[in-house]
Amino acid sequence: MNRVAITGLGAVSALGVDVRAHSEALRAGRCAIGPITNIATEELVTKIAAEVRGFDPASYFESGKLALLDRCAQFALIATREAIAGSGLVFHDELRARAAVVIGAGVGGQVTLDENYYRVYGQGAKRLHPFTIPKLMISAAASHITMELGITGPSFTVASACASANHAIGIAFQMVRAGSVDVAVTGGTEATITFGTMKGWDALRVMAPDTCRPFSHDRKGMVLGEGAAVMVLEGLERAQARGAEILGEIVGFGMSSDAGDIVLPSADGAAAAMRACLADAGLAPGDVNYINAHGTGTAANDVTETKAIHMVMGEHARRLAVSSTKSMHGHALGAAGALELAATVIAIRESFIPPTANFTAPDPQCDLDYVPNEARAQRFDVALSNSFAFGGQNAVLALRR
Amino acid sequence: MSLDQKEKIDSAGIESDILDIIAKQAKVDRAKLTRRTALAELNIQSLDLVEIIFALEDTFDLEVPYNANDPKSAGVSFENVGDVIDGVAKLIAERDARKTA
Repeated sequence: MNRVAITGLGAVSALGVDVRAHSEALRAGRCAIGPITNIATEELVTKIAAEVRGFDPASYFESGKLALLDRCAQFALIATREAIAGSGLVFHDELRARAAVVIGAGVGGQVTLDENYYRVYGQGAKRLHPFTIPKLMISAAASHITMELGITGPSFTVASACASANHAIGIAFQMVRAGSVDVAVTGGTEATITFGTMKGWDALRVMAPDTCRPFSHDRKGMVLGEGAAVMVLEGLERAQARGAEILGEIVGFGMSSDAGDIVLPSADGAAAAMRACLADAGLAPGDVNYINAHGTGTAANDVTETKAIHMVMGEHARRLAVSSTKSMHGHALGAAGALELAATVIAIRESFIPPTANFTAPDPQCDLDYVPNEARAQRFDVALSNSFAFGGQNAVLALRR
Repeated sequence: MSLDQKEKIDSAGIESDILDIIAKQAKVDRAKLTRRTALAELNIQSLDLVEIIFALEDTFDLEVPYNANDPKSAGVSFENVGDVIDGVAKLIAERDARKTA
């Protein structure tokens, strides 16, 4: 069994298009939620999101390649380039066959799907562009990463709604730990701020009209984000032997299913995933210093997640820090777990706890230390990152300095 | 037909449609619903309520400003059947006032 190091990290979200921008925003507690600019909002109830703004795809991709890339694949490739550059890895022939790409995505090429369905159903177009299918398929981002890096080992996409990225990273972690590959490029990507998707979210009646205020008494729901985060995983010994910078160590992965409701969360299911993660990592509850919460800002999630943390951590629950960085980068669905693990890696390396932004006053049912509004300077060693998806698919990762 | 009579007929029609929508979603006999019937006693869960609101919006061409995280902000109570009927009637009146404005 290999210990599994993170040796590369890349991130794209409303907080910025590289890790440095994420670090600065997380440290400043800067909320990147604002009015939606990429689509018309007159006919939408929800008029805010955490969009990747000021982003010019043409500055990252030549036109022939760009024609094949949905927005979610663009984000994934940009994050991958940063992660690979940081890792210092060179993909020679032998390594290409011993490397995997495992990417989480909730729905895939939604911008492509939305635009093209509008053309046929709304505008009566007689034909669509031939790249429609290769752009919209949920696995496209993972395929493009293999093509860009020449990776010939396993590659696939994991879909479990809001837990997609944690499941993807967790499976990649297991593959590297077991030695079935030497290196894994893993993370999550999502770009679903489209008119059709937003209409769907409006109908579910869980979106906040103002901003995302996880665990705060006046929270009014979730706010969508978008983006990607990608990390390079490799065996710790291998990474040390080549002198790579170790950004953190993934030490455990736990999963569970609620087998309950298609939208309502379950404290038992969430607790089971956290317990499974601690057991996998060989950690005791008292070892955990920080939890990057799922923390969507809905009435239901935040109470349920708080209850689950109490169930797992016992008295230690009141001694650890819990925050939701969704308050800053929004809920990026299939990319959420990756952006949040990226935030946790940044935090553990740079010795601060990212805050829960937009927090006004405590909810009596949410009684933990949510690090309201201001980052806290604190050196710490062990963190969990929670993802609890619609449909009760739960995945938790454990990170060690 | 006087204007008064027409309005009464319309409100009876609205009430009837609302009873149909709630009975269908709760899978209960419509005859058992009264204005005082609480939605909670019909075992209506959060997603059921969201479906009821969808059906109300679609049937009456309305927007019900309901957020599951902040139910009070809707300005319409979903406590009991009578609340829903009154709330929808109010929203229809607002809708019509906007149309004639």
